[in-house]
Amino acid sequence: MDRPVDQADALIQLRNISRVYGMGEAEVTALDGIDLDIRKGEFVAIMGPSGSGKSTAMNVIGCLDAPSGGTYHFNGVEVAHLSKDQRALLRRHYLGFIFQGYNLLPRTSALQNVELPLIYKGLGRAERHAAATQALAKVGLADRAHHDPSELSGGQQQRVAIARALAGNPEVILADEPTGNLDSKLSAEIMQVLQKLNQNEGLTIVMVTHEADMAAFAQRLIWMVDGQIESDSQTSAAA
Amino acid sequence: MLWETIRLAVQAIFRNALRSFLTVLGIVIGVGSVIAMVTVGQGSTEQVTADVEKLGTNMLMVMPGQDAMEGGPVGTATQLFTIRMNDLLQEQLSVVDVSAPLSAGRARAIFGNENRRTDIVGTDNRYFAAARWEVARGRLFDVTELQSGRPVCVIGETVRKDLFGTSDPVGEEIRIQALSCEVIGLLKSKGASTFGSDQDDFVIIPIRTFHRRIAGNTDVSMFIVSVRDDVDTERAKTQVEAVMRDIRRIGRSEEDDFTVMDMKQLATMLSGITGILTGLLSAVAAVSLLVGGIGIMNIMLVSVTERTREIGIRLAIGAQAWQVLLQFLVEAIILSLFGGLIGIIVGLGMGLLGANMLSIPFRPDPQIVMLAFAFSAAVGVIFGFFPARRAARLNPIDALRRE
Repeated sequence: MDRPVDQADALIQLRNISRVYGMGEAEVTALDGIDLDIRKGEFVAIMGPSGSGKSTAMNVIGCLDAPSGGTYHFNGVEVAHLSKDQRALLRRHYLGFIFQGYNLLPRTSALQNVELPLIYKGLGRAERHAAATQALAKVGLADRAHHDPSELSGGQQQRVAIARALAGNPEVILADEPTGNLDSKLSAEIMQVLQKLNQNEGLTIVMVTHEADMAAFAQRLIWMVDGQIESDSQTSAAA
Repeated sequence: MLWETIRLAVQAIFRNALRSFLTVLGIVIGVGSVIAMVTVGQGSTEQVTADVEKLGTNMLMVMPGQDAMEGGPVGTATQLFTIRMNDLLQEQLSVVDVSAPLSAGRARAIFGNENRRTDIVGTDNRYFAAARWEVARGRLFDVTELQSGRPVCVIGETVRKDLFGTSDPVGEEIRIQALSCEVIGLLKSKGASTFGSDQDDFVIIPIRTFHRRIAGNTDVSMFIVSVRDDVDTERAKTQVEAVMRDIRRIGRSEEDDFTVMDMKQLATMLSGITGILTGLLSAVAAVSLLVGGIGIMNIMLVSVTERTREIGIRLAIGAQAWQVLLQFLVEAIILSLFGGLIGIIVGLGMGLLGANMLSIPFRPDPQIVMLAFAFSAAVGVIFGFFPARRAARLNPIDALRRE
């Protein structure tokens, strides 16, 4: 595995990454040769109009999807061409996800939802319970551990999802429109939770959003258009 | 990991209690109905065999008229039998153990305030031997009673139960039409016949008494012939036919005006009928199995969308496809096993209940039990597992996006 020469401290390093869907006439280029470095501890927001490729970029970074071309070094290791199962292992040990629609298991308590990734990590019952409880406490939901998602508000559900992403102690948290289903007050609450995790725990966060207000919580803003990065700048929050 | 997977699967089963219940219900109905039906079918087949054995396979029935079994005219235009013919038959044939003349009609038997419409049979003691009746209490007819046509009777268990309840019938007087007769004996119960008719529902009086006091003529409706144990029934039948032709003076060119039936014939006919019955039951059972299978299939397919999302979540947070699949497979197997076991219990229970109600033996068929179980389990596993496999092959993002 070749180590990146420059930017040796880059946790995520994309070089000339492309993602093409379909074939022949119906071919759609979602990512068109992206170069991107994200260092450990950064809070990055990716914005852009619909169809700009921001979600695809997120999926590639999150190893939910494999790029069609280019190289992707995660923590110095080339991961662009890993198999499905290898990508699953990578997600299991290094990545945490937060989705727009929360994606919690229904009829399953908050605690059990948070424990879910830990089961696949192979943790014992007691360890799982402790780690999940701690993660719920971090998002301020220790007292809701035994509630089902249906008994929680949207904001609370998203905080359970954050706890689930946190519980596995990941290197990076990937958030896909985490406030898309929430009103502005709850959105701000969620963003504050993420911001605190970034600042206090040095957690690397990559977030896709279409709301400038939310992007403002990040330190760095990447603007995408037509599958390419148009701008990459520090936000006011970085100061 | 396997233990953890089983735990996960059990969790998922309880989390989706309604779906699990409906799936199990489908399997229970499928397995249960097949087992119940086939158990009852097998029981009745065995009952037929037992009934025929009870009658005695070495028994022949001789009736006036042609092809009574095929529904030809019975004794309408032909000369009826007489007691004399019966005695000739027994005298002339060494293969015959006993031959009993039999006449019958229906009438009401009355005792005190109780009464029952029943078969009144006129015959003599040879009938009890030929048809293998045993005395439970009292005695059979004596010679003077048979000769003089005295008003005495032997009754079946059903008649006793109806007329006498718990008291002892022997020595009591019952009334049949204008005839008042003394009960001298009670027969041991044989229970219901294959056709469901009650074999114990009759009153037997000496045949001469029957002719004089009930029928008003001396016609005999049939002979019950018991063939000696060491003689082949087929051969005896041929001989009986020959002697009967002689007794009834039937010319060489003329056809028989009587029918000899052996119990093997009857047995073949009866098992033919139960065969049809069992086939019918099995068809109904197969339909219920199919319906149960479709039920399972529906539930599984309906839940696929929700499950696809669940699979997407599990994949996204780091489950490998085989882990998700193993969980779904284990889940389907647990549900199917559970449903199958309940189905077996319910099926056997229904079969037992049915066997009791129909008074037939309880005969579960282990092969059918396994077959029904395997079929339902296969349906459960296939429709639980294959949609899951399809979903697990998706990209997690696609699986999550499914609405």
